[in-house]
Amino acid sequence: MLYSILCYESETLAAGRTKQEDEAMMVRLGGVLQQLIAERKLGPTARLMPTTTATHIRSGKDPVVVDGPFAETKEQLLGFYIIDCPTLEEAIAAAKLLGREKPHGTLEIRPVAVFHPADLTK
Amino acid sequence: MTDMAWINAALTAARPQVLGALLRYFRVLDSAEDAFQEACLRAIKTWPVKGPPRDPAAWLIFVGRNFALDEVRRRNKQTELPPDEELGSDPEDPQEELAERLDASHYRDDILRLLFVCCHPELPASQQVAVALRIVSGLTVKEIARAFLVSESAMEQRITRAKARITAAEVPFDTPGAPERAERLAAVATMIYLIFNEGYSASGGNAHVRESLCEEAIRLDRLLLRLFPSEPEIMGLLALLLLQHARASARLDTDGAIVLLEDQDRSLWDRDLIAEGLALVEKALRHRRAGAYQVQAAIAAVHAHAARAADTDWAEIDRLYQILETIQPSPVVTLNRAVAVSRISGPAEALQMIEPLAAKLGGYFYFYGLKGALLMQLGRNEEARVEFDRAISLANTAAEAAHIRMHLDKLQKDSAPRNLSRPT
Repeated sequence: MLYSILCYESETLAAGRTKQEDEAMMVRLGGVLQQLIAERKLGPTARLMPTTTATHIRSGKDPVVVDGPFAETKEQLLGFYIIDCPTLEEAIAAAKLLGREKPHGTLEIRPVAVFHPADLTK
Repeated sequence: MTDMAWINAALTAARPQVLGALLRYFRVLDSAEDAFQEACLRAIKTWPVKGPPRDPAAWLIFVGRNFALDEVRRRNKQTELPPDEELGSDPEDPQEELAERLDASHYRDDILRLLFVCCHPELPASQQVAVALRIVSGLTVKEIARAFLVSESAMEQRITRAKARITAAEVPFDTPGAPERAERLAAVATMIYLIFNEGYSASGGNAHVRESLCEEAIRLDRLLLRLFPSEPEIMGLLALLLLQHARASARLDTDGAIVLLEDQDRSLWDRDLIAEGLALVEKALRHRRAGAYQVQAAIAAVHAHAARAADTDWAEIDRLYQILETIQPSPVVTLNRAVAVSRISGPAEALQMIEPLAAKLGGYFYFYGLKGALLMQLGRNEEARVEFDRAISLANTAAEAAHIRMHLDKLQKDSAPRNLSRPT
């Protein structure tokens, strides 16, 4: 079974960490990831940029582009895609194509700060 | 993070929202600050025992408001203070929570108001910055004094006077309409940029303290952007701050001397900050509502894109400065454009461009610094020396003066060997 592990935290609090604290935490997390890699359990990992960099697409026949961050608490995270585009404009175009095929919901486009691909089939 | 570190971080993060809400309740800055102080003390006592609340800001607003109301009651009616446990005993009470959630719809304007009262037009820029750092960021007077390189007592006086002026002024408590909100946002953005520049421009004093001012400005603009996610200029400002701050480690050498952009070791630039800054520039420009911060961020982005100084797209920078000249005409902008022009068309053309600016920029360090550099490039060393001497007399910091002195030394060296090698 594939599982995703999604990280939630108060962004204001996370931003309150000093660079040193943040780096120390990343080192500790890196240790855990090494263990998961050794056990051949780790898939791709990503660290996202802050929500202030996000752009939202409201799904529907004519998808609407809205700036993030915004909290629509009635919606839950159901899935995600990772796409590789040279510009935000192209990422928006891709999200709109997806949005047209979904009657409801929101697609949030968030730049990825750090990405590690991984091959589980190795 | 330790428990205490977490609590401190939570208190700092909640401060603008809580203080903003308390200011709306009490309409007096001092009362709001006292109430916030008390709420923090109680948080430090209560949270380690009972565990942190789900919504620290709501908890603090509730406890702070109760404390202040009881103070008022105690003073007015001389009734007894209720026992400590009763006071704010259960801020997690669902009904209270509901009340606070409804309140949360206000908090965007609360925070904006709190920032806006610090931008009182009668306060000189440096006082706006000091008072914002004290009130909104909660820095101690000692920390602010260190950043401004003045004594603690002088800073204390400055802040007290500024706060008295704010208190005497009409604090705008009505929920702002769209034009007022835009006006407040613009004033607050300017102030945030001032905070950043206070940390960025001068290189005197403790580098660590100055850097923390830059980080504070970034934190405040992030907060503002979260509240107003569709304001391209607030995005542009954050992008500008991130892109400039990304160069922090490369801006000064080990002796604290300024390293110019073209000479900086670009491997020292912070790639994470640059990536975020670039993402925000792109996002802001989609709005097609160009503003001064966005254009300046776009200029910083051009520099960030160049792997080496020689790769810089000066034509694009020239184009962006021309846009900036139409949005925000200023001789300083033209002066900056002249740098790009000198790269594209040569120093003679740039010199011609800045000469008419002399009247307006006669007291400006950079004007003489650039003029001297252009003359030096043209081999007019005697004239260059005169301009560099003027620049030194106008230098704001020892590092600026040292940088010009380096040019003068170079002129000296360039001319000396030539004289010696000249056949006699």
